[in-house]
This record gives sequence, structure tokens and C-alpha cells, in this order.
Amino acid sequence: MKLPYYPGCTLKKNAKNFEKAAIVAAKHLGIELVELPRWNCCGAVSSLTSDDVMHHVAAIRNLVRVQQMNDDGILDNEYRLVVLCAMCFNVLKRSNILATSNANMLNTINSFMDTEPDYEGTVEVKHFLEILRDDVGFDAIKSKVINPLKGLKVSAYYGCTLLRPREVGIDDPEAPTIMERLIESLGAEPVDNPYKSLCCGSYHTVGSNKEVVARRAYRIIEGARRNGAEAIITSCPLCAFNLDNRQALTEKLYPGFKRMPILYFTQLMALAFGYESEASFDGNFVDPIPLLEEKGLIGMKVQK
Amino acid sequence: MARKKKIENKKMVRIYIMGKEYLVPAGLTIMKAIEYAGYRYIRGAGCRAGFCGACATVYRKLGDYKLYANLACQTTVEDGMYLVQLPFVPANKATYDIEKVKPDENAILQYYPEVARCVSCNTCTKACPQGLEVMDYIQAALRGDIKKTAELSFDCIQCGLCAIRCPAEIAHYHVGQLARRIYGKYMMPKAKHLQERIKEIEAGKFDDEIKKLMKMGVKRLKELYNKREIEGEAVESD
Ligand code: SF4
Ligand code: SF4
Ligand code: FES
Repeated sequence: MKLPYYPGCTLKKNAKNFEKAAIVAAKHLGIELVELPRWNCCGAVSSLTSDDVMHHVAAIRNLVRVQQMNDDGILDNEYRLVVLCAMCFNVLKRSNILATSNANMLNTINSFMDTEPDYEGTVEVKHFLEILRDDVGFDAIKSKVINPLKGLKVSAYYGCTLLRPREVGIDDPEAPTIMERLIESLGAEPVDNPYKSLCCGSYHTVGSNKEVVARRAYRIIEGARRNGAEAIITSCPLCAFNLDNRQALTEKLYPGFKRMPILYFTQLMALAFGYESEASFDGNFVDPIPLLEEKGLIGMKVQK
Repeated sequence: MARKKKIENKKMVRIYIMGKEYLVPAGLTIMKAIEYAGYRYIRGAGCRAGFCGACATVYRKLGDYKLYANLACQTTVEDGMYLVQLPFVPANKATYDIEKVKPDENAILQYYPEVARCVSCNTCTKACPQGLEVMDYIQAALRGDIKKTAELSFDCIQCGLCAIRCPAEIAHYHVGQLARRIYGKYMMPKAKHLQERIKEIEAGKFDDEIKKLMKMGVKRLKELYNKREIEGEAVESD
């Protein structure tokens, strides 16, 4: 299966490990992720004002690229655009819904982008997790596991952008299970966290409010730990940064706090599929290697 | 026949310079037409050959909503053109010591954080007289791809037309220049043969020949020059 893939800026910078692991994991499942030629930043935050058309141009331009890939024969009638970063996914899908449900707005965007073919509203924005659930299936994933992650207790962190607003979300916004099912299929043990969809503090992390984020990280991590979690997985580079890197500050605010590894779900997949080096654990702030070693999950069978 | 050609040459077009109407001969460049109309360039002209980027011009055409941008020395006047010169574009250039810049993914954003404001409207690309993919090089800068920013902006002549049109108020050409400097200093493979040649020069390998040339008469010099072997030409003889 050959699918168009939108990386987004962060996956080329801070979250290279997320992408690297995803590409091998997808390949292992028979999916070739084909990066969009000439993609641009999704816009990073979508405008909530319905008449702010300009801030949706970036997103729609990326969707035009999917059309072009089909027109150019790079893809064969494949209009599902796969996104890994939960934030980019949210922005792209939201703009897509807005533009396709509002003919006037789409018309304005199309006539503004007069050097591109018109966007015809044909693209479906999909998070990679959706492809795993709906097209590959968790049973199939389970059957492809080379190294079951036995004994590893993992809690899923959803945050906001995978779930809200409802029309964009990929699962029940109140009680999501999609990542837990993935954890299970990889042979690890999913652990619930009452704070799994509590906002991580988002962009407060770049301002003078870093403490807000460090306190959120504390609640989320401790919520998972109380249920026995040893690691947390996420699908958003911003959430990952806030939960992972901000632990340095959390540690200062809460004496006795113990660090917990934060992983991208694709890293867990790569590990279970036998791609330890591509799982790129050196890109994580809190080193997950000691935990994985303790569980006997490092130095397992390797795929060529 | 010769007479007819002369009349054709005399064909005039109507242009508007800062709103004022002038009749100028067809076929002139905007730059020459403005001079024909009696203006004198004090700024806004340099090489007159499309290389220096000094002669940015914006114009509209009669009955066409589009705002065009181009180089005055490279664009032919058309009937019904409304035009104005942009001899200078204000844009802040970051101060940095290239010796101390860290060539990592955040290097450009650190000096030009406004790059993150790009809304991908592509207006810069449409304004570029060099036909560069300006939006793409700004987008490459945003994701920290210095090499791509440097390569895509390589032919930039710093005319400033992109910057004057950008709704995100980015100074593209400064961004491109920073990328090329970082790329050139830290990332581009070093040319070995160049370093070897410099060593040879410093060791005096060519001193005698230079001395010989300096004593040579003009006639002999010209002769030598005309007979010189041009690199690349010899190779193409298949
Ligand atoms: S990139 Fe901008 S400054 Fe450079 S040539 Fe194009 S329009 Fe002019
Ligand atoms: S004109 Fe400015 S905002 Fe528009 S694409 Fe170019 S850099 Fe981005
Ligand atoms: S005068 Fe130099 S580019 Fe036009």
C-alpha cells in the first residue's frame, strides 16, 4: 500500500525519531509512506475564526499536492493523506472540513491560489493510527510482531489534538482506546491514565509559563504511574516535548519526582518489529534504554 | 522596405509613470522608457543587465487586476502600463558573526523568527523576477533545512520584491543569504583542488610566468589571449 504522507516541520527537526521509526514500522506492515513533494508548514495552529481564510491556505495547498501526486501518476487513485504529528493532523483535517463544507471559502482559497490547480475537496486527512486500526488491523499488527514487548507497562497519552473537536478526532473523545489497542497488539501491557486527554499545556512551553507545563507533566505522568505505567506513548511532538523535556523542570518543582520515559508510539512499534536502531531512542530526553534493558527488550532480534 | 521598418520602429506605447502619462517607443525596457520620458536614475539602477537587483519595479496593466513585479532593466514596456520604481526596500538584517553561528536546524529561526509567520500564500514566489521558488526556500528555512534554503535561493539578486509583497513581513533575501553563508562555511564539501592551487600559488609556482606576462607587449598579450584554451571547450569535442 502506497500512501501520501505529510511530515510537518517538527518531524524534520526535534522529532526525527518519530518519523524514522514510523517509516520502518510502516514498511514492515507493507505500507510505503511517500512524502509529499513540496509540502509547506500546515499553519501550526488553525484559526478558529470562520472568516479568516488566509490561515487555511497553507493547509489546503498541501492537500492540492495530494491531488497532483495522483495526476502525476505517483499515486494510483489514493487520496488518503497520512499524518503522524497529531497537531498537523488536526490543523489539516480541520481546514479540510472547513473548506469542503463551505463552498464560498473554498472558492476564495482556490481563486487566491491562482498558480495551483483548484482543490477539489477529494483528499481525506488520516492519522497514521487510523490507518493502523482501519486498514491494517490490530490482529494483523500482532501477527507481524517479532519481539513482543512482554512485561512492559505502557500508558497512552492522547492530549487534545487527536480527539478534539469531535468531528476531527480519531476516537471517542471521552474514552479513547485506539492507542491502548496498539500497545496490546505489540505485546506490551496497556495501563489506563485518568489524565490521558488532559491538555499538556501546549504552547505555554515557549513563553514565560513553563511551570504550567511542568505541573501538567507531573499530573499526567503521576496519573499513569499510579496505575503502574513505566512509560508513556504519544503521537504529538509538542506533547512529547512538554512531557519529556519539561521533566527537568518538574523535577525541580516536585522533590522526589522520578523521571519517566516518553516515547512516540512509532518507536514502540519499531522496537517490536525488530528495528531497534531505527527506533532512535537517542532522540528522547529521558533515556528509555535503562527501562527497556531492565525488561530485556534491548538487543533483541533485528530485522535486516 | 527599409522605410517601412523605420515606421514600425517608431511605434509608440502609452505608459504611466507614477500616474503621469507618457508616450514612449515600443520595445524599450522600462528603465530606458523612464529615461526617455525625462527621468534620471540616481538610485534604482546599477548593472542594467539583470544581475544587480537594483531596479525593482511594480506595475499594473490596463484592465488587469494583477500587480506585477519585475526588473526595470529586463522588462519591455507595454501599452497601458502603470508603473513605479522601488529603488530601496526597507528590511532588517540580523547581525551575526558567521564564525560563531551554530549550523543547526534552529540557526535561521534564531535570527529570523518571523519566518514562522509564513502562511504559505506564495505571493513572494509570484513576485520574484528571478523565477525562484521563494516560498519553498522560506518553508525549507522554517523546517531547518539549510542546504535546501541555500540551493533554492542561490540565484537571488536581493531586489526585495518578495519582501515588499509578503503579508508575514519576512525579509526573504536576508534569510536566503544567511542560509547560503552557513551552508558555504560549515556544510558544503570543501573544494580540494582549490586548496591545492592556493598552496601552489603561495609557493611561487606561477611567479615566473606572471613576471613574463608583465613584461610582454600589448600586441603579443592580445594574441595570447585570443589563442587561450577555454576550460570546458576542449572537452566538448565529441
Ligand atoms: S528572492 Fe526576493 S529578493 Fe531575491 S530575487 Fe527573488 S524577489 Fe528578489
Ligand atoms: S509571501 Fe510571505 S507569507 Fe506568503 S508564502 Fe511568501 S514568505 Fe510565506
Ligand atoms: S539594473 Fe541591475 S538588475 Fe536591473
